[in-house]
Amino acid sequence: MTATADALQSTLGVPTATAVRTPRYRLRRRLVTLALLTPALLGLLIFFVYPLIASVYYSFTRYDLVSPPEWIGLRNYEYLFTKDPKVIIAALNTLWFVAIMVPVKIVFALLIAGLLARARAANGVWRTLFYLPALIPPVASVVAFVFLFNPATGPVNQILRLFGIDGPLWFNDPAWSKPSLLLLAIWVMGDIMIIFLASLLDVPREQYEAASLDGANGMQKLRYVTFPNITPVLLFALVTGIIAALQYFTEAAVASGVASGKAVVGEGTGNNLGYPGNSLLTYTEWLYVRGFSQYQLGYASALAVLLFVVSAILLVLLLRRFKAFTPEGAF
Amino acid sequence: MKRRGLSWVGEHTVLVALGVLFIAPVIFVVLTSFMSSDQTLTASLWPNPWKWSNYTEVFTQVPLLRWFGNSALYAVLATVFMLVSSVPAAYVLAKIKFRGANVLFTAIIIAMLLPPQVTAIPVYVMWSGAGLTGTLWPLILPNLLGDAFSIFLLRQFFLTIPKEYADAARVDGCTELQVLTRVMIPMAKPGIAATGIFMFFHSWNDYFGPLLYTSENSDWWPVAYGLASFRGIHGTDWGLTMAMTVLVMVPVVVIFFFAQRVFVEGITMTGVKG
Repeated sequence: MTATADALQSTLGVPTATAVRTPRYRLRRRLVTLALLTPALLGLLIFFVYPLIASVYYSFTRYDLVSPPEWIGLRNYEYLFTKDPKVIIAALNTLWFVAIMVPVKIVFALLIAGLLARARAANGVWRTLFYLPALIPPVASVVAFVFLFNPATGPVNQILRLFGIDGPLWFNDPAWSKPSLLLLAIWVMGDIMIIFLASLLDVPREQYEAASLDGANGMQKLRYVTFPNITPVLLFALVTGIIAALQYFTEAAVASGVASGKAVVGEGTGNNLGYPGNSLLTYTEWLYVRGFSQYQLGYASALAVLLFVVSAILLVLLLRRFKAFTPEGAF
Repeated sequence: MKRRGLSWVGEHTVLVALGVLFIAPVIFVVLTSFMSSDQTLTASLWPNPWKWSNYTEVFTQVPLLRWFGNSALYAVLATVFMLVSSVPAAYVLAKIKFRGANVLFTAIIIAMLLPPQVTAIPVYVMWSGAGLTGTLWPLILPNLLGDAFSIFLLRQFFLTIPKEYADAARVDGCTELQVLTRVMIPMAKPGIAATGIFMFFHSWNDYFGPLLYTSENSDWWPVAYGLASFRGIHGTDWGLTMAMTVLVMVPVVVIFFFAQRVFVEGITMTGVKG
């Protein structure tokens, strides 16, 4: 409504809630809106927009933090795609976590949520019990798992020995280190389990009753009532899980550090990342080693840009598919 | 009572078995934290005798109090700074229409979901230029300028508050700032609490940030980062290591039990509105 119309209405004495909205009021309101947004806007510019642009720029340079960046064109990318000895290993390790850990974790979370929902144990002790591991600081749960699964004296192999089984070397064997982290991921599935549980309990009861009246059996109810209702939440967990797995770092780095028995301090940081035998060297760890152990910030930026491109594809998928992530939101 | 048949028994057997498997790691960790170094290398899983002194010894082996202090500083300041900057922004995004709102919201979603390693290098270069690498400030100060995930979550909570409350307050002559402080914030308290707890836990648990900025300066290590380096420094004393592991877990578990309802609501909020 224009200012003139406002004024006209006031003169005519038309009772309206917008009578107070004079131009001055609207200007004030706009200024307040801007003021409330300013910190967040600055934050986005300084810690998001600028670093994205700078990453792309650095990726075309040789830069060691001491002398200024030196433009070298596409040489970082050339090295990345043709010569870097470890980037393929690291990318494949990360792919393992994306392709195996994410779905396995989701299946377990769904199974346990389903059990809790059916057993009417959605609240209280049971839910807390299965959620609790997710709460434990990741560093602590990794240290705990490396201890539990330590080959010689850890409780897991002790118990396996009772059954006459010679347990594997777990975190110390390149073939078992990733499956060991998979077990850890299952143990901490609590956060997505809680989301699944809420979603399962949200399925309208009438739909099950209607299905029963139509003579549907348990499997059919699962297939035609439960799954269609929880599909959005499943997809959400899948896509956000993949994005999290792309940046998988902490668990792998701490497992390598603790299992190798070497300190993860200062200069030596990059040395035991990937232990045993590069089996836990993830893509983001390799980026870290190149950037912050070897101070090849230009090359590490090229790795970052590639990571951005892959994540961006997933982000587009998320933004188009999920209502909560669109500006209209949860209305 | 009508259908406690075979399937009821079956389901509960599976539930109990899984429950035992899920709680067992915590029990082993706690038991081991009371063992001497020699005992942890034997086949016994029960401490004998109980070595309570692990919990005092660990404080003399490493500067644990200092590390706890660093963690507390990081988590408390990050949370307070985040709330001061993110609550107003989330409110505006949820309740006020303005030009560019969609672009801004999309930018926040992307910032929230993008792996931090993508932007880590230029951000590190900035802090290095400011002379603040080697401290936790590069992880604390940015929260004064908002945190994308927190803004997103707070906005989701603000959206659940009916617009009529704000309108009524405006008709009563409240300014936009008063609408926020006197009407919206009190009504969004559970959401603000949940977001605050998430931020607190996120900072308390953070490993990548402290690795990036403080790995060469143990005076600034938070306790979680110190724990990751502990075994390397102190060989194979699993008893001490597990005592420290328990100490790192305790604060978050305690906070969780006091704020369980708010917390679970918050987790549900992050995903259910999909």
